[in-house]
Amino acid sequence: MKTDDLILALSADAAPRGPPLRRRVALGLIFGALVSFAAFMSVIGPRPDFAGAAHTMRFDLKFVDTLAVLAPAFFLCLRLSRPEAAPGAMLAWLLAPVVILGAAVAMELAMVPSAQWGAKLVGSNSMHCLSVIPILSIPPLAALIFALREGAPRYPALTGALAGAAAAGVAATIYASNCPDDSPLFVVTWYPIATGVVVLVGALAGRRWLAW
Amino acid sequence: MTRETSEAREEVWAALMRSALAGDEQAYRRLLSEIGRVVRPLIRGAFARARLSDADTEDVVQETLLAIHLKRQTWDQSQRVTPWINAIARHKAIDAMRRRGARRVEPIEDFEAVIAAPEQQDPHTRSDVERLMEMLTPRARDIVRSISLEEQTITATAARLGMTEVAVRVALHRALKSLAGAWKAAQS
Repeated sequence: MKTDDLILALSADAAPRGPPLRRRVALGLIFGALVSFAAFMSVIGPRPDFAGAAHTMRFDLKFVDTLAVLAPAFFLCLRLSRPEAAPGAMLAWLLAPVVILGAAVAMELAMVPSAQWGAKLVGSNSMHCLSVIPILSIPPLAALIFALREGAPRYPALTGALAGAAAAGVAATIYASNCPDDSPLFVVTWYPIATGVVVLVGALAGRRWLAW
Repeated sequence: MTRETSEAREEVWAALMRSALAGDEQAYRRLLSEIGRVVRPLIRGAFARARLSDADTEDVVQETLLAIHLKRQTWDQSQRVTPWINAIARHKAIDAMRRRGARRVEPIEDFEAVIAAPEQQDPHTRSDVERLMEMLTPRARDIVRSISLEEQTITATAARLGMTEVAVRVALHRALKSLAGAWKAAQS
């Protein structure tokens, strides 16, 4: 087939159907988050003392941490879904959760006697954290990867990894309302492990499904 | 190429692409032909430098045009269109060269610096696209053939096949998408 013939077929299909990529990916994230939230509410739900805990700084700080992962990862992932985009200076935004959590850990170490550090770090339900976050990440990660298939990322594995980080951010935000451990020492130990698993899955999914 | 002319190309292409995204088939056809003329010498040059055969550069041009088509919604209309087109062409060219076993894949030049090759007879007879079309359903193949090789309109094709125009458009879009999928599958 000559190139001019192919161009005829392509031009007959000129008008795109469906929403633009950005909206598609944003809808994917929202849809996945709603599915995870519904599953969370019907199976475990927030912890019993949720209302009281919401007035404590350590509890609220967990949400700042998880949202500080979710927002930059999502926007960076969105940007990298375009073929001409390079990560560039935006990568620095991923340091936001590191800085916030680092400051929280420093304050915790200053306020809590060293004899309690070990107990705070181990917490009471690390296995719960390590399983619930990855499970709640599945719907948003799947929805993000599905929506991103319409994209043209120059770095498919990196884009997938960022989708994984955003999905883990969603899952950790939901899970934090159930998690009884509020110490930054617990958060800095277990949440990143759970997130890392999802980032890795996202990178593999990106390499497999986002290459074009 | 001077700065003014590459700036002029950006303006013309961005305008054509906006019209195309709004459904203007004539503008889109002109844009794709112009892109083909600019991308062709780039790919040919890159293949020559990598000492690869010139024979299937036209397949890479076609693959690039198909990718531009299927990914056109990834163009952010607030950004310049030429770097976006350049990135897709580069991605497809490098991919094609790796597949053909090029040892050194040199960076492809930006086509900011490339002058469009004069219109020339494209000697293509039995292309990748044609081979891949055999993987489509008979109905989809019929629609693509009718519109491309037989130069029929969507309306005429719809009338001949007893389908609605919308159904023909949807089928055409799906067929183009499966062509790209088949292309990718054939490579790996």
